[in-house]
Amino acid sequence: MLAVSDLAVRFGGVTALESVSFDVRPGSITSVIGPNGAGKTTAFNAITGYLRPTGGQIMYEGAVLTGLRPSAIARRGIVRTFQKTSVFPALSVDDNVLTGLHLRGTAGFLAVLAGRRRLIAEELGLAADAAAIIEFVGLAHRRREVASALPYGEQRLVELAVALAARPRVLLLDEPGAGMTGVEKALVSGLIRKIREQGVTVLLVEHDMRMVMGISDTVIVLNGGRVIAEGAPAEIQAHPEVIRAYLGASAGSA
Amino acid sequence: MTRVGGWLAAAGALTLPLWLPSAYHLHIVIMAGIFGVLALSLNLLLGYTGQLSLGHAAFFGIGAYTSALLTLKLDWSFWPALAAAIALAGAAGWIIGRLALKLRGAYFVLVTISFAGVISLVSVNWIELTNGPLGLPGVPAPELGRWSLRTKTAYYYLVLAAVALSYTVSRRLVRSRIGRAFVALRENEALAESIGVDVTHYLVLAAVVSAAMAGLGGSLYAHYTRFVSPEVFLFTYTVTMVIMVVAGGKGTLAGPLVGAVLFTALPEALRAAASWQWQMLAYGVLLVLLVFFLPRGIVPQITASISGHARADPASRAPSP
Repeated sequence: MLAVSDLAVRFGGVTALESVSFDVRPGSITSVIGPNGAGKTTAFNAITGYLRPTGGQIMYEGAVLTGLRPSAIARRGIVRTFQKTSVFPALSVDDNVLTGLHLRGTAGFLAVLAGRRRLIAEELGLAADAAAIIEFVGLAHRRREVASALPYGEQRLVELAVALAARPRVLLLDEPGAGMTGVEKALVSGLIRKIREQGVTVLLVEHDMRMVMGISDTVIVLNGGRVIAEGAPAEIQAHPEVIRAYLGASAGSA
Repeated sequence: MTRVGGWLAAAGALTLPLWLPSAYHLHIVIMAGIFGVLALSLNLLLGYTGQLSLGHAAFFGIGAYTSALLTLKLDWSFWPALAAAIALAGAAGWIIGRLALKLRGAYFVLVTISFAGVISLVSVNWIELTNGPLGLPGVPAPELGRWSLRTKTAYYYLVLAAVALSYTVSRRLVRSRIGRAFVALRENEALAESIGVDVTHYLVLAAVVSAAMAGLGGSLYAHYTRFVSPEVFLFTYTVTMVIMVVAGGKGTLAGPLVGAVLFTALPEALRAAASWQWQMLAYGVLLVLLVFFLPRGIVPQITASISGHARADPASRAPSP
């Protein structure tokens, strides 16, 4: 499925990722954790084409993704969200999600100029899809409101809805719970499980350990640009090197 | 209500030459129509993709010169010359669109200004082709079958058709997934990429359509004034277009047309009312007041105040389905 092999990213003299390899099993929820600066977001940026890796390869279903533009990677079904909340600020929730449906539409330039009748049917279909996605993330009561005017937690849900609209087969979520209240985090965890039940593979960067351990099938631990552990949540929690990375070297020897 | 307004506007536009008091007024309306096409064109780039082109007069001028040269030197008739003007301006837009991929913001603005500067220098110095600063007099009036569109009334209908065409193209684009992709680039380019919007494709598309539309305006201008000179590349034309789009309401369909009518009529009204020093001063003061009190532009502000009243109405407070 999604396979990362020997991925390396260097910024000048700084090594952000050094020979990182892992596979993401289809239909799983896989979390990438690690201390700040471990290279989690860098790995996301490299997988989704926002960053050209210095070395290594990213394969998806046998095709090489490395070197493709983000939009081309999205077209192959790999869609991401951003660590910093990222919506279309001046647009309504409805229009945010309609815009997210870009890849589901088929209308080309000439068909649009000719005002083809089938476009009306397509637009109606897209509007219905948007409404269903907004309902799914629980923002039906906010549909007509401008995204930038929503509270933070709801903006993150808009972002999730926009990503879902792009019909991902692999969904990469960069700290979906960051800055959320406990109730909101529980809601997001529930949504992530439902998304996986629909057959979407989820790859997650997250700091909230309760969330990670609660929903992940596999946890990958990055530290200093390298994978130091990989396994089921229970194995990771007991892994000595992980404990050392998180609590400092003294904890390991104590 | 908007539909009734639309029909009234259409009926008014179609019968306009019948009830306008003089040929001078009709002239102003024709110029407003040509600037309406130009403002709609700039609005596609500035209002929807968020890229400011300060060299838009270049596309206008390319359209004007192409049409004038083909009819004067090669004896083409108006219609194929018009098509060539649109195509050549569109090709220039393609070049600028490709450049915009590497450069954004202030750098893009500088590139568009320089592009207009270079094209203008060519028009001044390639004397064998363009007749230099003296310009090209005697551009023929368009013909439609056996009729010459020499009269102002006939030309008015030609310009009206061009405005309707430009408006329809803009409207169909912005209300489609293509228009949503344009807006996605303006609002959040990284997010747009992540959901599969090909930035290259849509920026170039917007630039080509916008430039082609400006070329249409240029051709109409050349065959109306019957004279083309390097003056068509003047920065003033670009500034006027920007003022029309921003004051009318960028990123709206009606805004550029409202701006075009207002800022074509305003200088004429001022000319009748005051001596020239006062004209420029009054124009400037009015512009500052407009931007100060209606920062989002006339059309969005009116739309917002109408929907604001609707919201105050208790009947419409009920949760929408």
